[in-house]
Amino acid sequence: MKLPKSLFQKPENPLEWYDSHIKNSMPDIPDQMCISCAKCKAILLTGDLNENARVCPKCGYHFRMNARQRIGLITDDASFEEMDGNMRSKNIIGFPNYDKKLWHARLASGENEAVVCGTAKIGGYPCCLFVMDSNFMMGSMGTVVGEKITRLFEYAAKHSLPVIGFTVSGGARMQEGILSLMQMAKTSAAVKRHSDGGNLYTAVLTDPTTGGVTASFAMEADVIIAEPGALIGFAGPRVIEQNMHQKLPPNFQTAEFLLEKGFVDDIVPRKQQKEYLTRLLSLHQRRPEHGSI
Amino acid sequence: MEAFERVAASRAKGRPTGLCYIQNIFTDFMEMHGDRRFGDDAAIVSGIARLYEMPVTVIAQEKGSTTKDKVHRNFGSAHPEGYRKALRQMKLAEKFGRPVICFVDTAGAFCGISAEERGEGQSIAENLMEMMTLKTPIISVFIGEGGSGGALGLAVADEVWMLENAYYSVISPEGCASILWKDRSKVKEASQALRLTADDLLQFHAIERVIPEPKDFSNFSDVYESIKADLYKSLQQKLSEDETELLQKRYDRFRKFGADTYITVKQNTTNHAN
Repeated sequence: MKLPKSLFQKPENPLEWYDSHIKNSMPDIPDQMCISCAKCKAILLTGDLNENARVCPKCGYHFRMNARQRIGLITDDASFEEMDGNMRSKNIIGFPNYDKKLWHARLASGENEAVVCGTAKIGGYPCCLFVMDSNFMMGSMGTVVGEKITRLFEYAAKHSLPVIGFTVSGGARMQEGILSLMQMAKTSAAVKRHSDGGNLYTAVLTDPTTGGVTASFAMEADVIIAEPGALIGFAGPRVIEQNMHQKLPPNFQTAEFLLEKGFVDDIVPRKQQKEYLTRLLSLHQRRPEHGSI
Repeated sequence: MEAFERVAASRAKGRPTGLCYIQNIFTDFMEMHGDRRFGDDAAIVSGIARLYEMPVTVIAQEKGSTTKDKVHRNFGSAHPEGYRKALRQMKLAEKFGRPVICFVDTAGAFCGISAEERGEGQSIAENLMEMMTLKTPIISVFIGEGGSGGALGLAVADEVWMLENAYYSVISPEGCASILWKDRSKVKEASQALRLTADDLLQFHAIERVIPEPKDFSNFSDVYESIKADLYKSLQQKLSEDETELLQKRYDRFRKFGADTYITVKQNTTNHAN
């Protein structure tokens, strides 16, 4: 018997044919060209959104923003000089899979760690700046985050500079165990010394700011402002819901809720923050010691 | 003993709680209630007492003994008013030159609507800042559970001591297991990974002293006696120290964590603004 030649040939797959003939002739659409607003569901072009400081032009919803975008938005052109940008965490307590997590986080964020620190000018006023990044392990605080922020406050105290800090964090990083928890005390100590030196510290709480960061430097600022709608709290809402077995009230743990309860000074939309911070810095310029009024 | 066995021992029924230590170590204890702002949190007991002849301020997280008492004390999980009450007592200790002794025993600060709307995070943050420069010696003794920020809120101290079977952790083993492995039953693995036992913490210099404990909870008199004698000795020594030096040492005690445990890479970060 003679077997047909085509017996061992791959049968034609209509989908493959589609891929090779039709799909390739279609125009290239870059990934994430469009994004749907989490609040009003409007379809937005990513480019437009980025140009609008990642705020939905339709409803004003504040999308999350990475540290570099924020620095670009807040600081004067070419005024930002990074400090300690070359520090990376290591797996100090030998926590399972932490090295891999760090590698992924660096890839996802393009940063060495979850906070970017440096000096900058805002509206012409010099200051120290730290900006956390949610793309790096949800901005969790390990030893390097704690160390960079501590160094920044120590530098600012030494040079009598104000500190502006943008927080976004899931809390202390459990992969570094007790050493992460100690960062809460360490950063608080540096904030206190900076404060005792008569220097201004302003925190801008962005979505989400929770856990060990809320229970340390986020809540220790002289002036605390928040972005509209940001989730701010100590325990996460899911943990509370599980713990209390009850539904949480609407607006619970939002920036607006904190304003109502008296824990933030104001809510400032992103596009007004530079102007707000400039005014604040200007009002806190130290009087010359022997100057006359 | 496995890490999780110690966690279990720290939570075991019948384990002496904060009030037992107060009753057995001090005399003339006078309890002081309330934070002068909102209310009185029964999860934290505070007051003035004598350690031998020395007046001291004592603050203890109290889990409660009977079921009714446990509910009244919210199982030792404090609200913001508890931390504010503690801070008020510490400020008085500073004013009158009394040392502060804290007994830590909490699964964590309370996670609930009431705690959030009164600023749980803010109250702990304020304690961390204020304790750092409190001009009087502080010693914290971990007697059971040391749950995260809720424990740290009473542990920014010159020295931290810990009972053999107490633990101190950034997150509860259950919380860690459920986040990491999406499985709360993996608490044994989580307890191991978190390095939360007294021996581990001593290795990381997160505590200064491990206090041995007997197996039998009804037989803790030796523990009380040794804590009493050691507290007196250490506090006497710290009271004689120069104030600035004491505060500098306290700063350095916390400053050291992570000061040299990082990797320096050549390249800065990949993308730059401006």
